[in-house]
Amino acid sequence: MGELRLMKGNEVIAEAAIRCGCDGYFGYPITPQSEVMETLMDREPWNETGMVVLQAESEIASIHMVYGAAASGKKVLTSSSSPGISLMSEGISYLAGAELPCLIVNVQRGGPGLGTIQPSQADYFQSTKGGGHGDYRLIVLAPSSVQEMNDFVELGFQLAFKYRNPALILTDGVIGQMMEKVVLADFIPRATEEEIDQKRGSWVTNGRKPNRQRNIITSLEMDSGRMEQNNLRLQAKYDRMEEEDVLFEELQCEDADYLLVAFGSSSRICQKAVDQAREKGIKVGLLRPITLFPFPKKPIAALAKRVKGILVVEMNAGQMIEDVQLAAGNVLPVMHFGRMGGIIPSPGEVVDALEQKLIGG
Amino acid sequence: MELADIINPNNLVYEKPKLLTENTMHYCPGCSHGVVHKLLAEVIEDLDIQEKTIGVSPVGCSVFAYNYIEIDWQEAAHGRAPAVATGIARTNPDKVVFTYQGDGDLASIGTAEILHACNRGENIVVIFINNGIYGMTGGQMAPTTLLGQITATTPNGRDAGRNGYPLKITELIAQLPGTSYVTRQSVHTPATIRRCKKAITKAFQAAMDKKGTSFVEVVSTCNMNWKMTPVKANEWMVENMFPFYKPGDLKDSSKTDPESYTPIKN
Ligand SMILES: Cc1ncc(C[n+]2csc(CCOP(=O)(O)OP(=O)(O)O)c2C)c(N)n1
Ligand code: SF4
Ligand SMILES: [Mg+2]
Repeated sequence: MGELRLMKGNEVIAEAAIRCGCDGYFGYPITPQSEVMETLMDREPWNETGMVVLQAESEIASIHMVYGAAASGKKVLTSSSSPGISLMSEGISYLAGAELPCLIVNVQRGGPGLGTIQPSQADYFQSTKGGGHGDYRLIVLAPSSVQEMNDFVELGFQLAFKYRNPALILTDGVIGQMMEKVVLADFIPRATEEEIDQKRGSWVTNGRKPNRQRNIITSLEMDSGRMEQNNLRLQAKYDRMEEEDVLFEELQCEDADYLLVAFGSSSRICQKAVDQAREKGIKVGLLRPITLFPFPKKPIAALAKRVKGILVVEMNAGQMIEDVQLAAGNVLPVMHFGRMGGIIPSPGEVVDALEQKLIGG
Repeated sequence: MELADIINPNNLVYEKPKLLTENTMHYCPGCSHGVVHKLLAEVIEDLDIQEKTIGVSPVGCSVFAYNYIEIDWQEAAHGRAPAVATGIARTNPDKVVFTYQGDGDLASIGTAEILHACNRGENIVVIFINNGIYGMTGGQMAPTTLLGQITATTPNGRDAGRNGYPLKITELIAQLPGTSYVTRQSVHTPATIRRCKKAITKAFQAAMDKKGTSFVEVVSTCNMNWKMTPVKANEWMVENMFPFYKPGDLKDSSKTDPESYTPIKN
């Protein structure tokens, strides 16, 4: 059993990165996630595990540093918040195109533009539909607790390496800043060059070894036939993610008449809302997508056949609702309740919305 | 005398560097890129570092540099090669990492990345091909385009009022304490080619010795977009570019260690 601590979500990202044998972190300060790099700089992991921590000149540079290190077979991450992720979109598209594994953490704040430093979930589209140019997907994990901030660092890397694809932890200022009990993971040593060559030698660019051909990391292909093949290969990979790695959690759905669908911090609010509604005699359940891509289409489709209506609760103007509607089909009302601008809805507001929009007030 | 007496290993005076691949180069005849590629291949071979060198190719005519030298390569986004190289070099301190960048890539879209990589003194080599134009996209103005120079986006010549001034980025870079060896070369004559090879060798040696960033500008021609014959392009370069981009070393501290510092306590 790992070490039990009381920690902030952002600090846990840093600690988990060190413990999972990460080779490097590259980032640029932005609220509400600056504690990630501050914690790392304070911990000085270069003395302990040899992990590199570098404050870059911008988010653009950070993500391209991640590209270079990832392409050499290293286990590397970056973190930022919404405006910084927009800047990273170029690099993220290149990482996806060159099929490089890495971990990106987005501790969301409200937009558009400079917006607010208060929490938000308005980057759902950006995260799950690509974000940068081209047909690509990220593996998107949405933690709802400080414990999951810890767990999803290693999980994100595992999935990233399994698929040779960037993984994104999509969280927000609530979970980043919140303090909770957390069981920290045990230390995993960093991979040696021999291990990297053994596991990833078919593609890594860490110097052409005598026993292999030279490797080239690129997303460029001028021949349209071959470029279409590259795209088809990517799409097949995303399909495989949908088959093999969908994660979700169901809460009190067995007897539910109505279903809430919410991710991340909204799902925490919805847990309370479920209890409050049940005290009022309304049988409500909660489905929490844990992977936002691949999206839990099948469980939502199954529940859509059993309940009378679905309320999607998000801290945005209505983004995940589109995926819920697609999964549920036109068999029942699917409504949305959201707050924006950094306002966190209360459980009571969610119950009111449920009564007004679905049960009929 | 038989032909076999002449074509005989003992008489060999020149051969293609072993590290140059058999791929046909896509560069226009007369283009400087090809010559610099050959020098790079020779230097990497001479230093025997082909098993630990990683090249980073840019966006520009040399985007396909990876097709021509038998080493591991990464292709970077436009201007981001120094950040990509930083990521490789920091997490692989015992490897040799170089970027190969054009003037649009390095001195326009990637200005932030190159200045900061040099300022941090990343132990990398930067090869900077300054042909005063955007070759790949069809000859538009580059930050290094000379005043009065005609390009696709300055059809009446670059005008300082409208287009700003040509950027001597190498002079800027030489100011940074993170750089160890900063030089400006060319490859238009056998003598300058030999000198340029020496400079590239020194640059690689300095990066391997962890002296900070070494930076080799090669003032180059783009005869295609300058709309000249290769010979005329070389003459034009000597006449017009050299007075502004003066060949020679701008800085050489490749033997001194990077500056140390004393922390300021508060
Ligand atoms: C983000 C982005 N913007 C623009 C381009 C288009 N583009 C490709 S190459 C290039 C200019 C390259 O010029 P330079 O760096 O001088 O290289 P050269 O071809 O002259 O060797 C441009 C603008 C691009 N590929 N990506
Ligand atoms: S367009 Fe210019 S830079 Fe590009 S290959 Fe031709 S001559 Fe060289
Ligand atoms: Mg150019």
